[in-house]
Amino acid sequence: MKEIACKLLIIGAGPGGYVCAIRAGQLGIDTVIVEAKKPGGTCLTVGCIPSKALIHAAEEFDAVRRAAAGASPLGISTASPSIELTRTMAWKDHIVGRLTGGVTALLKRQKVKIVHGWARFRDGKTVEVETETGRQLIRAETVVIATGSAPVELPSIPFGGPVISSTEALSLDGVPERLAVVGAGYIGLELGIAYAKLGAQVTVVEAAERILPLYDADLTKPVAKRLAALGIELLLRAKAREIEPRRDQLVVETADGAARQIAADRILVAVGRRPAIDGWGLEELDLDRKGRFIRIDDQCRSSMRGIFAIGDVTGEPMLAHRAMAQGEMVAEIVAGHRRNWDKSCIPAICFTDPEIVTAGLTPDEARAAGHEVDIGQFPFSANGRAMTRHAEDGFVRVVARADNHLVLGVQAVGQGASELSAAFGLAIEMGARLEDVAGTIHAHPTLGEAFQEAALKGLGQALHI
Amino acid sequence: MGEHVIKLPDVGEGVAEAELVEWHVKIGDLVREDAVLAAVMTDKATVEIPSPVDGEVLWLGAEIGDTVAVGSPIVRLKVAGVAGAEGSEAPPKAEKDLSKEEPGSTPTPFRASHRSRPSFGPPQGGGGRPAIVPDIDTPKPVPDDRGRAQSPSPSPLRGGVRGGGATAEAAKNAKATATSSGASRAEGEKPLASPAVRLRAKEAGIDLRQVAGTGPAGRIGHEDLDAFRAGGHRAPASRSGLQRDTTVEQIKVVGLRRRIAEKMALSASRIPHITYVEEIDVTALEELRAALNKEKRPGRPKLTILPFLMRAMVRAIGEQPAINALFDDEAGIIHRYGGVHVGIAAQTPAGLVVPVVRHAEARDLWDCAAELNRLADAAKAGSATRDELSGSTITITSLGAMGGVATTPIINHPEVAIVGVNKIMVRPVWDGSQFMPRKMMNLSSSFDHRVVDGWDAAVFVQRIKTLLETPALIFVEG
Repeated sequence: MKEIACKLLIIGAGPGGYVCAIRAGQLGIDTVIVEAKKPGGTCLTVGCIPSKALIHAAEEFDAVRRAAAGASPLGISTASPSIELTRTMAWKDHIVGRLTGGVTALLKRQKVKIVHGWARFRDGKTVEVETETGRQLIRAETVVIATGSAPVELPSIPFGGPVISSTEALSLDGVPERLAVVGAGYIGLELGIAYAKLGAQVTVVEAAERILPLYDADLTKPVAKRLAALGIELLLRAKAREIEPRRDQLVVETADGAARQIAADRILVAVGRRPAIDGWGLEELDLDRKGRFIRIDDQCRSSMRGIFAIGDVTGEPMLAHRAMAQGEMVAEIVAGHRRNWDKSCIPAICFTDPEIVTAGLTPDEARAAGHEVDIGQFPFSANGRAMTRHAEDGFVRVVARADNHLVLGVQAVGQGASELSAAFGLAIEMGARLEDVAGTIHAHPTLGEAFQEAALKGLGQALHI
Repeated sequence: MGEHVIKLPDVGEGVAEAELVEWHVKIGDLVREDAVLAAVMTDKATVEIPSPVDGEVLWLGAEIGDTVAVGSPIVRLKVAGVAGAEGSEAPPKAEKDLSKEEPGSTPTPFRASHRSRPSFGPPQGGGGRPAIVPDIDTPKPVPDDRGRAQSPSPSPLRGGVRGGGATAEAAKNAKATATSSGASRAEGEKPLASPAVRLRAKEAGIDLRQVAGTGPAGRIGHEDLDAFRAGGHRAPASRSGLQRDTTVEQIKVVGLRRRIAEKMALSASRIPHITYVEEIDVTALEELRAALNKEKRPGRPKLTILPFLMRAMVRAIGEQPAINALFDDEAGIIHRYGGVHVGIAAQTPAGLVVPVVRHAEARDLWDCAAELNRLADAAKAGSATRDELSGSTITITSLGAMGGVATTPIINHPEVAIVGVNKIMVRPVWDGSQFMPRKMMNLSSSFDHRVVDGWDAAVFVQRIKTLLETPALIFVEG
């Protein structure tokens, strides 16, 4: 068996792992990264990036289709369009390929050794990797676990055949005529909306009483409205029970307890993600756990000396940018710098139509934290840019402390609102007060003006409402 | 443009002069009406001097540590409009503050705490900022805010609640001012700082919770970090190795620290001390104390050794009244007191203070304990009054758990005796046939040898020893 030694070994080359490796390389740390698939992880290969490519294609197609139907208020007309999904997928794969290739190049530039294969812990300092060229033993002073997460499977509706996870949904070779989506969380709705726009008849089944249960009702209302406009059927308080033996019917127990059969060519199960903790020898390490996740401290240290864990395997929120920030921090800690997790907020975006952005505390969370709050909300219907984009649904909402106007949280829902997350995050991280946001000139005409106006509203001084 | 001269107002309490302990402004600063200009200290009460008008600081009339007479000019301001050449001590606006806090005195703009404030003013690095008047009460324009940020006293308050209750002005100015600059965070609240500041603090090993933020909403900026470091707060030595530190810091001894220094020097130079150390078997006392604490009624204070010692001293003084006296050596007169007013030397964040349990002879054990707790809390919180910090006729000094084997206490001038409590330790004691573990405590006491002979000192301490070793004697009448 071949044997190598290094200072830092990273298991998993997703956004957490590869960022950690690049930063470690920049800091001159002798680093090895192990990945069974392509570098980039869920995010680049079967998550954030491909889904956004598909969503964009769906939006474009939907716009043309509506124009063809004579429904374009912009005066555009066209003959009936069609979409060749295999070409769409090829275009998406090309983007993914460019990005994963870019990650590989960045790792190489920082002299990070990439080992392709499946890693398994022997003990806290030694990992065995099954590679194509045989087994390899890697000894490391410090190990970072960045194994990520995987879609949760429903025991009664196992993956296979027509039952797919988000991974397969991003690589279909044609638009299914009828798509059933189990779970109205952000993954289910992002893909459900995309396929509806691509022409599928979509039914969404959700056990809770409203969509996106993790967001407050004000934020989700515009999305619910849009689902209806897109002709997506929504079954709330309904439970997916099983697949009919003929395998093209999903059996659902509806809110009133009745059984209902939903005909579907594909059944997308998107009921959440679980940490990837199996198959790489976690049991050898006996690390402390927090639920199913690996327990970490504010430096991402696990309960075993010399072993760090970052990203989805360490808990919610399972977001790429959280993993990246953790990876960067851990690399710097390994290099001997003083660091700890001191972030004020981790923004989160739901790329539905319209998009939802949250950063920091919602009004309810702020109140629960014991703050008296001032809230400023400004609708996009009063924003010139939103009107000219023909996307007036939604609003920006600022939550601030009543006593000193410190911005505690910002939320928004609206088409194109995702890009506002940068401004929201910066405001919170810099410790801005409502006066700071209100006193910053926001270029006209942009959606960002709604942020400034919301802050003005919080101060009781909104100009355009 | 005119000039406005601000004089040191009559700070009450019949004092003719006060020590300047802190400047809040420097020459060139723009100040707003009611902004705090300086803090002065009179016999342990700190008073802030607010500006009666808007203006620019042209001249400062004293250095930190200087003693300034009431009525002498301390600040000259350039003011807009009418030439107020001879500035007043009586700006109309401040009257309401005054009438509230100092009825009947001259209508001068100052706000005194009327409380002794020994804490919150660490003397090092130019002194802390015992802010009695919260800045958040006044709307501050940017220039003033900047002035504060650069002020020579960087306000190194620790985890600190700054500012007291809101005043009527604050209520009046409501929303706009509630959020004005300089507001500080409440205790336990997360420090507010941008990522760059957080990173710099982390790398310098500075805990941001210790740093006062002068920015909006109490935000900590780079300049606050600079001020914090300049204030003598140094990062722990780097892990890489030992390094020479060639820095020499000049620390002006002002305020409470100066008073302590003067008093100690006076006592040590005037009084020939005789110190007498005796060991006391407190096994029985400790048993009694534990039993009383266990059985005590709810609401009663927990007993320490001190209330027993106080009661024992009262009895011993009954037999030797010469120990409970003040010696006015200049007049050549000894004032022998009937009442036993026991001073208790107490450590506070700012330094040593001596709150006084009055008339210990008229208080029972529980009463002594309760009064002791109340005074200790007040002293630590800085809210003990002047009366509570003076007037003792004999003093107890105790280093508590730090105790030590023996001390050489310095007499609290002009008293003639001080009793020092050392640490209780279990020691082997020969009982005639074997060694027994006994709880032993040393008592280190000093006496003014001019008026107390060694013999009398020994008799006094031996009497206390007898009382404490058989504690029932403390409580037996007659």
